[in-house]
Amino acid sequence: MAIHSVVCVKQVPDTTQVRIDPDTGSLIRAGIPSVINPFDLHAVEAALRLRDEHGGTITALSMGPPQAEESLRKVLGFGVDRAVLLTDRAFAGADTLATTYALAAAIRRIAADQPVDLVICGKQSIDGDTGQVGPGLARRLDLSQVTYICELESLDSDAGIIRAWRQLENGRELLEARLPAALTITETCNRIRYASLPDMIAASDKAIETWGMNEIEVERDHLGLKGSPTRVSKIFAPPVRQRGEIIIAADSSPAAAAAAVMDRLAERGITFDEGDG
Amino acid sequence: MAGDVWVVIEHEGESAANVSWELLGIAARLAGDLDSQPAAVILGDGDNSDFLTRHAFSYGAATAYVAGNKSLTPFTAGPHSQALAALARKYNPEIILLGATTRGRDLASAVATDLETGLTADCTELEVDPESGLLRQTRPAFGGNILATIITPGHRPQMATVRPGVFPLPQAAAGATGKVVASKPRLAKEQRVHRLQFLPNPEEEVSLHGADVIVAGGRGMRKAKNFIMLGDLARELGGVVGASRGAVDAGWVSARHQVGQTGQTVRPILYIAVGISGAIQHVAGMQNSDIIVAINNDPDAPIFDIADYGIVGDLFELVPAFITEIRKRKDGAGAREAAV
Repeated sequence: MAIHSVVCVKQVPDTTQVRIDPDTGSLIRAGIPSVINPFDLHAVEAALRLRDEHGGTITALSMGPPQAEESLRKVLGFGVDRAVLLTDRAFAGADTLATTYALAAAIRRIAADQPVDLVICGKQSIDGDTGQVGPGLARRLDLSQVTYICELESLDSDAGIIRAWRQLENGRELLEARLPAALTITETCNRIRYASLPDMIAASDKAIETWGMNEIEVERDHLGLKGSPTRVSKIFAPPVRQRGEIIIAADSSPAAAAAAVMDRLAERGITFDEGDG
Repeated sequence: MAGDVWVVIEHEGESAANVSWELLGIAARLAGDLDSQPAAVILGDGDNSDFLTRHAFSYGAATAYVAGNKSLTPFTAGPHSQALAALARKYNPEIILLGATTRGRDLASAVATDLETGLTADCTELEVDPESGLLRQTRPAFGGNILATIITPGHRPQMATVRPGVFPLPQAAAGATGKVVASKPRLAKEQRVHRLQFLPNPEEEVSLHGADVIVAGGRGMRKAKNFIMLGDLARELGGVVGASRGAVDAGWVSARHQVGQTGQTVRPILYIAVGISGAIQHVAGMQNSDIIVAINNDPDAPIFDIADYGIVGDLFELVPAFITEIRKRKDGAGAREAAV
């Protein structure tokens, strides 16, 4: 049985470059490049591998501003079959609850054309860092929920069963889930392939479908900021620790530098001379 | 009086995740500010609940909501979210807190969706706004470059997952008791997700949480073998070895040693950063250490901006020098004791 996967892709700012303007206290967004959320690329790769093995189709879905089309174009370059961009002013300011509301409606429409077996997301986005969209979609669409997958063990497409290892703090567990399922993928799950030239060329011709709120079945009140229970009350830069005392080892010797630090620690009541040996 | 402040106890049989007890400490503080009560929620097959309930009371819970059903062991998100959502609908807690662990995030996201309420992930600070009574949930965003305070004004419960290791374990009061509210939730007979196998982490467990001293190595360590001397230094200090993401990605140490945004958050008494440049993602996980010592050969390394004591120099000379110096001091102390 061929598998139809919907992969959710988010365009995010390159977070290593995001800063707070110390004067205004607001986010400096200008000049920050956008990238595909790196975990979502692992989700795309997972879908591609399943298609390589079992056949079927992959639909990429993204919600964001019109320029998020770039990310979908790149994903098409990996050989994804269809791409849908969910874009509408009404979606702006959505928290994860309002996001999954809109995405779920879009996935229902996609499923109306062709039933969906898997919804695959990255484990979290690097800007929001919440990891809440995958499980939220599982609940809204009544899918089996398997998150933080570190290894896809097997898919029995005829029986409609997927097995995957997930990473916990105290170990790993192997889960078996009935399809349709929502999966979230971690970076250890796979290595991302390079887009092939023929796929990239083919991608440049493919149309990206753009859907607004009128193209999906939604109620306005549940969308965007209006449909979001959470509010950002304030944003600020992390408190900075004071720069302390710097010792240049070359000015004396490694031994003297080490002794100096141990003396400072001892002055602050931290000693290791219990003679426990 | 506001509804209770709930903490969902994450457990594997009788063994609970430390973060759950850390959260009971916060729950007691928040409940105090709200004139409500801290409560523990224990979901399982019912077999281990006595032990966990006792612990929950000793860590400050006034009430334990114990839901027992065979489908709740082992943990899978589906039945757990059904059971937790049903309890929340019945008892209307003001706040639900969970550890920001794999399972905690998994469960919290599902339940918040079912309850159509707000959820703030991975909080590092929680407080009640004295005027509005709202939970102010502060969390890092954009890879730790920014902190955001999130509120959930119009929906209840207010839900948050909280990063392990950020808050201290509360003092346990042995013998404390409380009210047990037991229930047997009705869950769908047919579960769609099953756990087939569980492989616990190997025994040589690195416990970064609760360690008083962490000696962490970064890319400057250059190879796996060089971590041996960090282990020696950590042993002399009664501590454990940590690592930056760079060292973990290079394959020199396992990910269980990793400190930082994508690793663990730690707050030891002494953190020694060796050959770690101090990228924001690493700093996010260790900046709450009491004292930070940095060793790096690059005088411009950002780690020096947050270090209490920084040594600019060759770590391959300095780490052995530290080991020698500590042994010398121990011998000196031993000799003094022997003389007495």
